Amino acid sequence: MTVVRLPRTATADEHTDVAAELRTVGMVWERELIRFVRTRTRILSSFVQPVLFLFVLGYGMSTLVGTTAGFTFKKFVFPGIVAMSVVMTAIFSAVSIVWDREFGFLREMVVAPVSRMSLVVGKTLGGASIATGQGTIMLVLAPLIGVHLTVALVFEVIGLELLMAVGMTTFGVFVASRIQRIEGFQVVMQLLLFPMLFLSGALFPLKGLPAWLAVITRVNPLTYAIDPLRRVVFAAQHMPPAAAARFSTGVSLFGYSLPVSAEVGFVCAFAAVFLALAVAGFGRPE
Amino acid sequence: MTATSPTAAPLGAPPPVPGGGGPAVEAARLTKRYGDIEAVRDVSFDVGRGEIFALLGPNGAGKSTTVKMLCTLARPTGGRAAVDGFDVARQPKAVRRRIGLVFQEQTLDDQLTAEENLRFHAVLYRVPKAEVDARIARVLDLVALTDRRQALVSTFSGGMARRLEIARSMLHTPAVLFLDEPTVGLDPQTRALMWEDVTRLRREEGVTILLTTHYMDEAEYADRIAIIDHGAIVALDTPEALKGQVAADTVELTTGDDSLATSRLAAAGFRVRLGQDGVVVFTPDGEAHVARLIDIAGVSVRNVHVHRPTLDDVFLHFTGRQIREEHADRALSMRMRARARRR
Ligand SMILES: Nc1ncnc2c1ncn2[C@@H]1O[C@H](COP(=O)(O)OP(=O)(O)O)[C@@H](O)[C@H]1O
Ligand SMILES: [Mg+2]
Repeated sequence: MTVVRLPRTATADEHTDVAAELRTVGMVWERELIRFVRTRTRILSSFVQPVLFLFVLGYGMSTLVGTTAGFTFKKFVFPGIVAMSVVMTAIFSAVSIVWDREFGFLREMVVAPVSRMSLVVGKTLGGASIATGQGTIMLVLAPLIGVHLTVALVFEVIGLELLMAVGMTTFGVFVASRIQRIEGFQVVMQLLLFPMLFLSGALFPLKGLPAWLAVITRVNPLTYAIDPLRRVVFAAQHMPPAAAARFSTGVSLFGYSLPVSAEVGFVCAFAAVFLALAVAGFGRPE
Repeated sequence: MTATSPTAAPLGAPPPVPGGGGPAVEAARLTKRYGDIEAVRDVSFDVGRGEIFALLGPNGAGKSTTVKMLCTLARPTGGRAAVDGFDVARQPKAVRRRIGLVFQEQTLDDQLTAEENLRFHAVLYRVPKAEVDARIARVLDLVALTDRRQALVSTFSGGMARRLEIARSMLHTPAVLFLDEPTVGLDPQTRALMWEDVTRLRREEGVTILLTTHYMDEAEYADRIAIIDHGAIVALDTPEALKGQVAADTVELTTGDDSLATSRLAAAGFRVRLGQDGVVVFTPDGEAHVARLIDIAGVSVRNVHVHRPTLDDVFLHFTGRQIREEHADRALSMRMRARARRR
């Protein structure tokens, strides 16, 4: 019969070593970037798709919508397309957890003596960095569309992209930690990502919508991430009042127009909630 | 995974011995239920420091579940276990930092190079920065992969990937190395190489090794073997002692008159059977008896073959069943599928 002795006192072992956890965050982040750089098809597809949308929608719809006081639909939709590229890249990065699981690497991470928080934060920052980079690259198309950029605007856009990317990556990590099989990924894309994108105000103004659509856009968290981006971009453009009325920005809730700070607050809260959920769902022991 | 606070030593308890004076692994009545299935039942054993200890059993016997509990990846539903003196339920992080793990399924990132996989591991297991380069060089040398350091893991063969995993598991100088079916799906040559690696790890790094296998021939590399079947240990001893418990050697005699030899040996009190190709005698210590057997048979003997019991026989003896090849084939095809998907 085996006798188990008194357990050893776990000196420093069970304490959280902040420096070590930060190194873990950095390492997980670095891995995301290495993997992204190594898969050229991913870089290409997350660039080509939004560009395609920009030209098809921008030019195609412009003729239909027409120009209001010199302001075109292309200009209106441009911030939405930038956001779209950020969101898609963020979700793709986050959902790579499904691949990590399929190929076993997830296990290497979750059995390590580090906190799940560090792993999820590293993964999130990695995905968010890539997504922000992709969105920012889209800005090179701005002159082509006639969107005027200033240095200050570029920094504002990067900040908002980063916020949007963090929110969407934590959301993606949460969803991915619930997907057990690669096939589930397709379902997520079809049933979650595309509806969220199309019903977010990325592609149309949020005023004067039919009631059902207005409700859907208001409960869609992406709405509150995309609108601030459009607002800062438009603030830097010359917009006659007629154009501002036609291509309106801002989200109103119960007749109250939300300031940018409230929208940003919403997105922060959204990111925090899904960060917590993602950490809780990440590699639980059996 | 839980954030466990450090357990205070009770007043008057002796201070913990550095490196823990006790055994490397202790399991006491370890039990794991999954719903109605009792995957592991009342499993108890100790593994001494520096020992190579094998859990031998067919697929579904509960080997992986036992390993998972010892590695803090599955919560025991009964019993207790400690690794390097730390309780697996109460001090999981301390346990994890002291163990190396190689799973049945591969856990490498094949889009990273060998070195990148190792660096990732070094950070997660807090290998001091100043030691990382030396440790990486050392573990790659241990498994003879030094020249593949910069290669992407996707270019590795199954055997190389396995050896890289073993190298990685040794990076943070663990006290105990757990290898779950380390050789499954590898060709015999690669399996032999793997065993060279494993025995070298023990010799040169002094690590305690607990491994699982369903290959009988492999269990003989171990110092001690626990035979596990349907979640319970049915025998635990050194390979030699286990074979000794399966009392008889078999001595096969091919003679000029097999039936006469059979009846004479039976008359002399031997357990004997007339087989198709000759006479089969069951007796302890067959080699010592050969001369006497030939003498008693009293007919011309063309051929003698003494067969010591193998672990196959041992398994059969303790469980009444053979570990069938089909298990090995299924495990093999599972691993092949896993690799195929990586492409
Ligand atoms: N997560 C799980 N949920 C339910 N049953 C499980 C789980 N893991 C293992 N089992 C069952 O426990 C038994 C032992 O499994 P396992 O430890 O994997 O065996 P081995 O590694 O010896 O092949 C099997 O019957 C298996 O089906
Ligand atoms: Mg197993």
